[in-house]
Amino acid sequence: MMEAEVKEPNRAVTRSQLVATSSARGTVRRVLRKLLLSEYFVLYLSIVYFLALWPFIPRIASPQNLGNIFSNMWPLLAIAIGQTFVLIIAGIDLSQPSIMALVSVIGAALMTSQLDPVLFEKSPLWGIVFTEAGGPLAGAFLAAPVAIMVMLLVGALIGWFNGTAVARLKMPPFMVTLVGMMFFSALAIYLVKSENIIHLPESYVLLGQGQIAFIPYSFFIVGALAIAAQWLLSRTVLGRWFYAVGANVRTATVSGVPVTRVIVTAYILSGVFAAIGAVFYSARLAAGRPTLGATLLLDVVGATVIGGTSLFGGKGKIMWTVFGVLFFVLLDNSLNLLNLSYFWVQIVKGSVILLAAALDVARTRLLARG
Amino acid sequence: MSDAILTFDHVEKSFFGVRVLKGISLDVPRGKVLGLVGENGAGKSTLMNLMGGVHAPDRGQMLLNGAPYAPRTPSDANAAGIAFIHQELNLFTNLSIAENIFIDGFPRLRWLPMLDRSHMRARTKQYLEAVELHVSPDTLVEKLSPGERQLVEIAKALSFDARIIIFDEPTTSLTARETERLFRLIERLRSDGASIVYISHILPDVMRLADEIAVLRDGELVAHGDKEAFTINRMIALMVGRAIEQLYPPRRSAPTTTPVLEVQDISQQGIVEAITFTLHKGEILGVFGLMGSGRSELARILFGLDEHARGEIRVAGKPYTRPSARRSIDAGMAFVTENRREEGLLMDIAIAENIGLVALPRYAAATVTAVNERRYFTEITDVAASLAIKGGELRQQAVKTLSGGNQQKAVIAKWLLDKPAVLIIDEPTRGVDVGAKYEIYSIINDLAAAGTGVLFISSELEELMGVCDRMLVMSNGEIQATFSRDEFEKERILRAAFRENAA
Repeated sequence: MMEAEVKEPNRAVTRSQLVATSSARGTVRRVLRKLLLSEYFVLYLSIVYFLALWPFIPRIASPQNLGNIFSNMWPLLAIAIGQTFVLIIAGIDLSQPSIMALVSVIGAALMTSQLDPVLFEKSPLWGIVFTEAGGPLAGAFLAAPVAIMVMLLVGALIGWFNGTAVARLKMPPFMVTLVGMMFFSALAIYLVKSENIIHLPESYVLLGQGQIAFIPYSFFIVGALAIAAQWLLSRTVLGRWFYAVGANVRTATVSGVPVTRVIVTAYILSGVFAAIGAVFYSARLAAGRPTLGATLLLDVVGATVIGGTSLFGGKGKIMWTVFGVLFFVLLDNSLNLLNLSYFWVQIVKGSVILLAAALDVARTRLLARG
Repeated sequence: MSDAILTFDHVEKSFFGVRVLKGISLDVPRGKVLGLVGENGAGKSTLMNLMGGVHAPDRGQMLLNGAPYAPRTPSDANAAGIAFIHQELNLFTNLSIAENIFIDGFPRLRWLPMLDRSHMRARTKQYLEAVELHVSPDTLVEKLSPGERQLVEIAKALSFDARIIIFDEPTTSLTARETERLFRLIERLRSDGASIVYISHILPDVMRLADEIAVLRDGELVAHGDKEAFTINRMIALMVGRAIEQLYPPRRSAPTTTPVLEVQDISQQGIVEAITFTLHKGEILGVFGLMGSGRSELARILFGLDEHARGEIRVAGKPYTRPSARRSIDAGMAFVTENRREEGLLMDIAIAENIGLVALPRYAAATVTAVNERRYFTEITDVAASLAIKGGELRQQAVKTLSGGNQQKAVIAKWLLDKPAVLIIDEPTRGVDVGAKYEIYSIINDLAAAGTGVLFISSELEELMGVCDRMLVMSNGEIQATFSRDEFEKERILRAAFRENAA
């Protein structure tokens, strides 16, 4: 337990010189404790991790690599924002990666300007939605914006479906979205017979690869969405309802909170944000890919939870999720630079996540002890 | 005074820098019942948690049979023969009675890594007989009533041969009959040589059971002696540090004859039957009934949380159909539910946000536009001040850090922002200390004086008699009788409440 060893930091310096080691140790402990309990803990953790690796992998601090880390954050953040909403209402959305796969395929199928019949002739969409000459929007002036609208709409629709199953039919969110994950990712693969759809409009591809003064478009768009999401959570009636439903759904019901509507809205937001993430990822690949996002589930849920948003609901902030995403992107990046095999990357990643989770538990316990 | 089985020697304990126990020295008498009383936050539960191994004292020590006693976990305490029957029971409802009793150490078959079920069953049967609970040891705990679950806890204490048994507010969720059975059991345990610590807000119970009484106030022991040295009034005076002239504030207003809530023939199969009554503006209408009489169920139906098959509800003259919580709120109703933890509060959320939750939509143009934070927090601060909610920074501190009485006031506060025409309030003083009870009665009085019609549901007859203008008595889901204030007479009311269904 902490005693009242040091009252003011300034005076502490002179006193610690007198009392030497014991007080100095007290100061260190106090600072560590403050760091551990800070809202910015995960940010500090990321910085420490970065600095610790720097001597071993000098490349990590090269301008090009920093640029990579920076631009990798935003598409992942978009998805994690959606997950944050759902976690706050004490739900979980495992179907996000499958939403990404499906909407990327649908969007690409609408926009593509040329398809190889050898690859796509067996697709159930062949001759109905697209042909050798591409999809219905091929070459159209507003192809990209219209396709993006459709993608977001499909994301919203799947979210609505998930939310309705959870809120109205009282099904466990884990089951609903797990089944959704299987169903929609299988559907995406079935629609295009496992093939990537390429030949997308340039304006669409630019969204994933374009920059303004070395800053990717995704930064501006997702950054603005993150601010809007945080504003929604902390300043509006709906945001407060999210926390209330997550903290105690029975109290929320008695207090007149439209619980069903709130839950459905959270899942719709999750679906839409997954679709936004899909737009950036598929634009960067310049392709609609039926396995898009397949490996992202752990990253999304992990980043959100390590940021500090509770799996039990009622607690969470977009800023925390930003830090969590930064940590994950940094981790991924550093492991890639080490040139490890895929298996090693997964093993190390798992261990680091476990460690971060353990730190989080320690933090919670410290907070409870006061 | 008699010899002590356990001695607290200048124990101190602080949480978050607040001194909860300020150096308490107390002897727990051997083979007797010690009644421990004090307001919420006086330190009763903390003191018992030291004994039960939940917390360790910061300073001072405990002696058990004269030897130093420093349990580090509840199982250390159990091993030392100390059982703690908590307010919220610690049973695994998904397991059987026998499994619960042996949860700390299952007996095994000698040669096989398997449980010795027949031994468990046989032993459990003995313990259950000792507490007069006549059910099979294989019964799942979830099938038992709160009173029966408590008997299982006591049976568990018997299983490890507890010499000291601590009861913390054991009667809050028991029926009158179950309470009576518990008291007989406690008396028997004492005559078998066990030492009992009995904590309760219900002072007549303490007077009846205890051999010695100890009173705590603000973390200090203010009195300890034989029961004969105490009266209920003296206990109250010691607890609150001043004499309270009366338990109930005087009414300063009279009910009007304008109806605000008209209930006509409300029925739901197996729950309530043909409920008809009228609540008037400025009236405090009591609803008395025993557990299972349908009083809380009626409240839930009136507020639109549960369905009803038949009947009509009018609020301020307007009939309202397809009830839901939001519609009820919009119609001018408010509902303080009986379980503030489960249905009244968001325990981990800030006090201010809890108070604002019901009226929240009023502070923004739409659900996705910004809340007018200044007006929102000003009005919350005002209502919190008018109810004298004490104990925390409203916007920073979670509501769970408040004491029971202040939590209850926070629940009431969240309904007052909307100035309701009808307030349904269910068991508002359960688990609340004497001082806070008086404050809650005063709040109800003030609301009635301002014109709100109050439907006051309670299982404590005295408080209804002290506060209400009129009283409905329910039994078996029906209204058995209605009494006006000048007809209030304890025996008549109880007789109506105990009346079995005529059919």
